[in-house]
Amino acid sequence: MLPTLDDVLTLDRATYDAIVAHAKRDHPDEACGVVAGPAGSDRPERYVEMVNAAGSPTFYEFDSSDLLRLYREMDDRDEEPVVIYHSHTATEAYPSRTDIGLAMEPNAHYVVVSTQEHGNNHGPVEFRSYRIVDGEVTEEAVSVVPSLSPTH
Amino acid sequence: MAIEVRIPTILRPYTGGEKAVTGAGDSLAELIDDLEANHPGLRERLLDAKDEGADLRRFVNVYVNDEDVRFLGGLEAELNDGDQVVVLPAVAGG
Repeated sequence: MLPTLDDVLTLDRATYDAIVAHAKRDHPDEACGVVAGPAGSDRPERYVEMVNAAGSPTFYEFDSSDLLRLYREMDDRDEEPVVIYHSHTATEAYPSRTDIGLAMEPNAHYVVVSTQEHGNNHGPVEFRSYRIVDGEVTEEAVSVVPSLSPTH
Repeated sequence: MAIEVRIPTILRPYTGGEKAVTGAGDSLAELIDDLEANHPGLRERLLDAKDEGADLRRFVNVYVNDEDVRFLGGLEAELNDGDQVVVLPAVAGG
């Protein structure tokens, strides 16, 4: 049974900026990470930058030991990955076939950032968010707020 | 013999929603067969069928007592009573 899907991802400014900075820094390699939050809350509260073990401009993968450590930590804190983000460095900020095929967190917001326009330099990026469930991609709006409200 | 197996969200439909199940086996291959007997459909999500048998799917990570089984012999990894197995889909894409 699918949960009710919100059609917007709400992020605080600090988290948004951190994701963008990470993507710019790692360009031309893809950057990746998660934003964890309390299980079931849909609140992306805790930014966790991850290492792209593939170190590739066209592929990303969390190192398997890092992955276990991350999930153990989230489990200890009763969290889940609310946002899973990665960057595209030469293509648009839309999930690739690989992204769709490998999306295995049905409750996550999949954020894709594209640094194709400005690379490591100043300038806007494309920052878009999607739900990917059973191979279906649904884009959603992104709302950046000063801070997540107590009642979100 | 009891081995605790932690199940990721995406595979919980096969375990009736349970995030941990118990299984038995002297090797990971045997454990997976045992899990399949109680939770049909699980094996196909974990293994890739190949010409002469099967291997763990590329983007499924399995750990025994916090070690990636790829360093412990893969499907032939030895298991003992009280071991903890964790299954985590890779977080990856392109």
